[in-house]
Amino acid sequence: MDLPQTLRYSKDHEWLRTEDEEGVVGITAYAADELGDVVFVELPEIGRKLQKDETFGVIESVKTASDLTAPAAGEVIATNDALVDDPELVNSEPYKGGWMVRMRLDDPDAGTELMDAAAYSESIGS
Amino acid sequence: MVYGPHTPADRERMLAALGIDSVEQLFSDIPEAVRAADLRLPGPVSELTLARELTSLASRNRVDLVSFLGAGVYRHHIPATVDAVLSRGEFYTAYTPYQPEISQGTLQAIYEFQSLIAELTGLPVVSASHYDGAAATAEAALMTVRATRRDRVLISRAVHRHYIDTARTYFAPGSRAIEGLPTAPDGTTDLAALEAALAEPGRPVAGVIMGQPNAFGLLEPMADAAALAHAAGALFVAVVEPVSLAVLSPPGAYDADIAAGEGQPLGIAPQFGGPYLGLLAASKPLLRQVPGRLVGRTADVDGRRGFVMTLRAREQDIRRDKAASNICTNQALCALAATAYLATLGPHGLCDVAAGGVAAATRLETALATAGFERVHRAPYFNEFAVRVPGASRVHDALLERGVLAGLPLAVWYPDDLELADALLLCATELTSDEDIERLVEGLIEVAA
Repeated sequence: MDLPQTLRYSKDHEWLRTEDEEGVVGITAYAADELGDVVFVELPEIGRKLQKDETFGVIESVKTASDLTAPAAGEVIATNDALVDDPELVNSEPYKGGWMVRMRLDDPDAGTELMDAAAYSESIGS
Repeated sequence: MVYGPHTPADRERMLAALGIDSVEQLFSDIPEAVRAADLRLPGPVSELTLARELTSLASRNRVDLVSFLGAGVYRHHIPATVDAVLSRGEFYTAYTPYQPEISQGTLQAIYEFQSLIAELTGLPVVSASHYDGAAATAEAALMTVRATRRDRVLISRAVHRHYIDTARTYFAPGSRAIEGLPTAPDGTTDLAALEAALAEPGRPVAGVIMGQPNAFGLLEPMADAAALAHAAGALFVAVVEPVSLAVLSPPGAYDADIAAGEGQPLGIAPQFGGPYLGLLAASKPLLRQVPGRLVGRTADVDGRRGFVMTLRAREQDIRRDKAASNICTNQALCALAATAYLATLGPHGLCDVAAGGVAAATRLETALATAGFERVHRAPYFNEFAVRVPGASRVHDALLERGVLAGLPLAVWYPDDLELADALLLCATELTSDEDIERLVEGLIEVAA
């Protein structure tokens, strides 16, 4: 299972990449595999303020639909428009082209509250 | 083996988990007066006795009346093809026959229904149907709330009264608000009031709902209203009557985001309380907000055309609390009737039906005016309008004695509106004959004198 060391992980299978005061969020390769082929991603509007663990969107696959929850608090400053036409990027490039939202983090160190790759790997039993 | 889904012990455990004492408490939201009490069903009787009893009950229906009643339900000639298709055993089958391997006929019929309604409304996404026009309108109101993340909906008072009541029921729990819009003296929705309501600071509007034709039978300035709604970031919902769409501008042409309506005029006989057919169509961006079933066309592994349920992740059996709706189902058989009706008539035939109603209504208006009964409103109408008749309710009852159903006294829907205290809402369709009109007018002259 591909779990980049540079990312932090939530129990809800989101990853967070911190870049200065900003954070980029997506779902893990494990979550994408479990969902199956992703057919639709509903993303929040720019400017929306999210609390940690707040639902910010929906991801739909051929099998099911799941809520997306914010791994950290902050304001949405960008969303990945490429997912509108190519939602399968979530499956093919979960950590690159499959990113979902970019946030201005309330706390730039919010990532430290999340799991590192080793802890997440253990949590999913891989 | 006895089929028992829950033992008394199961029930006790469930009640304990819910923290209530009895199953009855689950129904506390339903007013006492309409709850089924002790049914006290009579014992078994012979087939002959039962047939007599049911015939006697059925004979209380008045099917002999000369009817001018529309008010949301419209009489039309139903071609024999409709019943012939409906009563085929392949369609007359179990509830929810959606397994694609064995239900291609049903799924194709629903797909064709969706395609026909898309063509009529000018909107690309159509659900496989809803309970009735009221339910479809309430669902449309909820769609605007979800899509805009706002919680205030404006609905014209000239939308069908039952639809408004149903939408209010859907909106009762929680923080969402549904507010009425007044009408102008000409009977159409007051656009100045709409503009003012849309501009109220700090109270953004999710959706604006208006009828075309409206509850008084009148034609609304839909394009202007849609533009006002959109300028305020709100969605626009058109409540439509499907036969009228053969001759009126379709909702898609005036930029409505959603069309809702009652599909009964499409090949379904007027029946007290239904079953009827809720129509719901939407623009492409609202695709995932559409509640209920959607059938799509696809290809199987061998490339052959096939029909399947699609976008299922919106639905209540998949997502439960996050579903687009938990209070809907489709009316497959009624949707099939509408499909057979539209397919039989074709676009020209439907135009003829609509034009026949308009022509009959015009003759009705002329005959009434000649006898001194004037319209209440000045706005143009489709096939229905309100007429001022002194003592409207009394006159209505007296005409019923003479076998004439003189439409609907509007005081039933608008008891507090003095302007409408003496108004009868009268409708004509292609079934309305000159003799019918004569009987109504003669009756009115005698009874109202």
